[in-house]
Amino acid sequence: MCNHDKNKDCFEYVDSQLPRVPLELVVNGEKVHEMIDPNMTLLNFLRNNLKLFGAKEGCGEGECGACTIIMNNRTVNSCLVLAVEAQGAEILTVEGLSKNGQLSILQQEFIKEDGLQCGFCTPGMLMSARNLLDRNPNPTVEEVKKGMAGNYCRCTGYDSIIRSVLAAAERERKELS
Amino acid sequence: MEKIRYKHVEEPKEYKYVGKPVDRADALEKVTGQAAYIHDLEIPGMLYAKAVHSPHARANIISIDTSAAKALPGVKAVLTGDDTEHKIGLYLIDKRIIAKGFTRYQGEVVAAVAAVDEATAELAASLIKVEYEELESVQTVDEALEGKILVHGDDINDLDGYGIFFPQKDSNIASWNKSRKGDVEKGFEESDIIVEGEYWQPAAAHAPIETHVAIVQADPYTDKMKIWSSAQSPFSLREMMAKSFGISQSDIQVKVPHVGGGFGGKAGVHLEPLVALLSKACNGKPVKYKATREEEFNQLPCRASVRSKIKTGVTKDGKIKAMQVTYDFDSGAYADYGANVGKVAVYSGAGAYEIPNIHIDSRTIYTNKVFSTAFRGFGHLETHWTIERNMDVIARKLGMDPYEFRMKNILGPGKHTISGELITENTGSPSDCLKAAVKEIGWTGPKTEEERKEEIKTGKVRGKGFAVLQKAPAMPPNTSSAVIMQMDGQANVKIMIGGIDYGQGPNTIMAQIAAEALSLSIDKVEVIFERDTDKTPYDWSTVASKLTMLCGNAIIRASKDMIAQMKETAGQVLRCHVDKLEHKDGYIYHIDRPQNRLPYEKLSMGYTYENGNTIGGPVIGRGYYIRDGLTNLHPETGQGLPAASWTFGCHAVDLEVDVETGDIHIFKIASAFDIGQAINPKLVDGQVKGGVVQAIGTALSEGFIFSEKGKFQNASFTDYKIPTAMDIPDEMVTLLVENGEPDGPYGARAVAEQAMISIPSAIGNAVYDALGIEFSKLPLTPERVALSVVNQEEIEEL
Repeated sequence: MCNHDKNKDCFEYVDSQLPRVPLELVVNGEKVHEMIDPNMTLLNFLRNNLKLFGAKEGCGEGECGACTIIMNNRTVNSCLVLAVEAQGAEILTVEGLSKNGQLSILQQEFIKEDGLQCGFCTPGMLMSARNLLDRNPNPTVEEVKKGMAGNYCRCTGYDSIIRSVLAAAERERKELS
Repeated sequence: MEKIRYKHVEEPKEYKYVGKPVDRADALEKVTGQAAYIHDLEIPGMLYAKAVHSPHARANIISIDTSAAKALPGVKAVLTGDDTEHKIGLYLIDKRIIAKGFTRYQGEVVAAVAAVDEATAELAASLIKVEYEELESVQTVDEALEGKILVHGDDINDLDGYGIFFPQKDSNIASWNKSRKGDVEKGFEESDIIVEGEYWQPAAAHAPIETHVAIVQADPYTDKMKIWSSAQSPFSLREMMAKSFGISQSDIQVKVPHVGGGFGGKAGVHLEPLVALLSKACNGKPVKYKATREEEFNQLPCRASVRSKIKTGVTKDGKIKAMQVTYDFDSGAYADYGANVGKVAVYSGAGAYEIPNIHIDSRTIYTNKVFSTAFRGFGHLETHWTIERNMDVIARKLGMDPYEFRMKNILGPGKHTISGELITENTGSPSDCLKAAVKEIGWTGPKTEEERKEEIKTGKVRGKGFAVLQKAPAMPPNTSSAVIMQMDGQANVKIMIGGIDYGQGPNTIMAQIAAEALSLSIDKVEVIFERDTDKTPYDWSTVASKLTMLCGNAIIRASKDMIAQMKETAGQVLRCHVDKLEHKDGYIYHIDRPQNRLPYEKLSMGYTYENGNTIGGPVIGRGYYIRDGLTNLHPETGQGLPAASWTFGCHAVDLEVDVETGDIHIFKIASAFDIGQAINPKLVDGQVKGGVVQAIGTALSEGFIFSEKGKFQNASFTDYKIPTAMDIPDEMVTLLVENGEPDGPYGARAVAEQAMISIPSAIGNAVYDALGIEFSKLPLTPERVALSVVNQEEIEEL
């Protein structure tokens, strides 16, 4: 809801003008300490304050999943989480998936299986996939579908995304165990 | 999930890069979060825009009080309809940039604000007080045709269709297109059976995950403006903006970075003119307008709702003698692309069949609802819902297998389309597609009534169905694509194209085509990502599935241009005539003495002799392509040659209906396309499956719902459901039929929009096979299906 017009949904970050509050958390392995607007969503914090533009806003009401990130080993729609709720949390975004210039297996498989087209849903899609494989390293097709069901994709028809996740699962089981 | 991604119906031809499943060129940026969309773009000094929308479908604006908004610190501009007289429109100039005096749909912009930040803009917009007088509105095509209220009473008589579109005076008809061939009355007389039907589908949303967004910086001292837009068609945008503002095209620069899905919704001119006005009013500061998801639904355009009435005459042995159809496209408040969408029915509105006597009226109609624009395969998904459902109905009346009935009438060599085009061996084969798709689902003929009754008792009924499809690009005859290719000193090639890659893959396949044509390793070929109308060569628009053909051919020509330049230099060095030279694997060589050769890198910047003498120069290739031989359609008969290239296809569906819940579970969809030659089968597969699932949304869940007074009831992802990963078929199979297209690059045809067409009809046909109920309206929601089962016939709506 918008601060100024209760009948309107707010798509953008609107500053509440409230006194700033401290926020400490870990984002992609880096410690972050900032004074923030207590009304700010986690998505807005990542994009506006940390300039991490990977997570996208597609609806601002928790329906499309483009803003999905991993918070304390759980996926969340970061547009529905207040930044202050992430106090002390460990956050993983798409920018944290690859390390030292080396793509993760999951990212490699999304490229190989063409699990993307326009790419706007991809950062969120990857985070749901990451979390699914963390919880369940050997998912069935149905489990993958369920695990990705919170992320809309309007381009691919999901088939290549599901293939990407299954291929990544297989490789991770072999190569990371 | 089946491992098979795509199947070649026949053995593919051998090329080095064409036909290979090369990885998407921009995939790395997209999986690492680096890909920058305009949503992510910030320009120093940028202001933010917000709009005020009409809450009524049709209303007089009594007064607008902007004083409180203007007084708010940080507000840089507040505009209403009084501040601008400019009008825009893609084909018919019928839309004011900001409504003035009255509004024509709920969601129409009546005022706009630019301010230093989102908060201030949002607050200022909420402080604008608008007083309306709500008026009776036009909500259905029948009300519109009655003509009691004219949606465009103020300007309908002034609209100019340039002899291509046909606005009707003192009416709500934005364009009336006609197709007349043969003698339809005589055709009906010669028929043994006449079958009539009426079909309908609601308006639908493109729902790209990225909403529309634009940034404009309009210089206050000159006419110059810089536009960053999520546009599919930067050059058309430039043209429309110039026309609208009465300025030179050279004053407008349009830049397009990554675009988060388009599907036709971003093909026209939408937010840009309003943002330009705001920027101008703010002394040229850049202004950003990012549509909210709600605005994406009810301010920005949709796919039109369509109502059709069809009458077909057939002989007892199953030959179609005559067809008469009226398509009424409910284009909402403005014509936009809707005028052209309606036009498509004139040359493609009878499906992939030979119809000797045809009479089609296709009307684009104004109502007081959100307006319509292009949507993936425009005019085709809509008309095929009518045609391909109707084909099954006729087959049943004839007691004939719908497969046999289609085969008897399907287009093929020697037959003519409804606009009079002769089909040849090279046009592509709809019957090959029909055969391949139907075989893939194991069709053995329709279910008998007894079998159906038995199955219904079990609570779940299986059904199979299929539907043929056709599409050619809907584009003007003079549509062109141009490219520029440059080689560096290491013989790397950078390609500039004007078409946008919003996921369909031109950045990938154009590199493949260039690598093939140049015989150069694909690692050395790259399409430059940025599109900028000041630098990038012209491309009309990224629409109509025409880029592969037009831009692909332009790439081949530009490659030949480069090779010719290198040969000219090499001929001097190797002391031979250029006729004696060939190119392969990065070398220009003598055909009789292949050891006499020069690598491209010795020629790409000119050839330098040991003493420093240099001949030749930097190699820059240029190419363009216009499909020759196309014509406008005759205004009265719709006859002509509009089709650059037909792509034929067929979807076949195997599904199960839960009789109690009405839930439709799709086991398998097989999709066959005669694409001539897949440039990249992996990307083709992605286009096909993406289109199939998008169309499953149209078939089963999507559709705008309006209140009686024209208020949009489901303008959010909460209430408007697009398919998720849970909603896809258990199995999708892409079947590649490859009868080469002589006019296509390496024989390729288009397959982007095509994937979406006729999926709803194939599902509707399969649902009939299961339930024995004729559905004529979309979507087939579980509620409608379950209640129709109880009712024993289709129930209208819920």
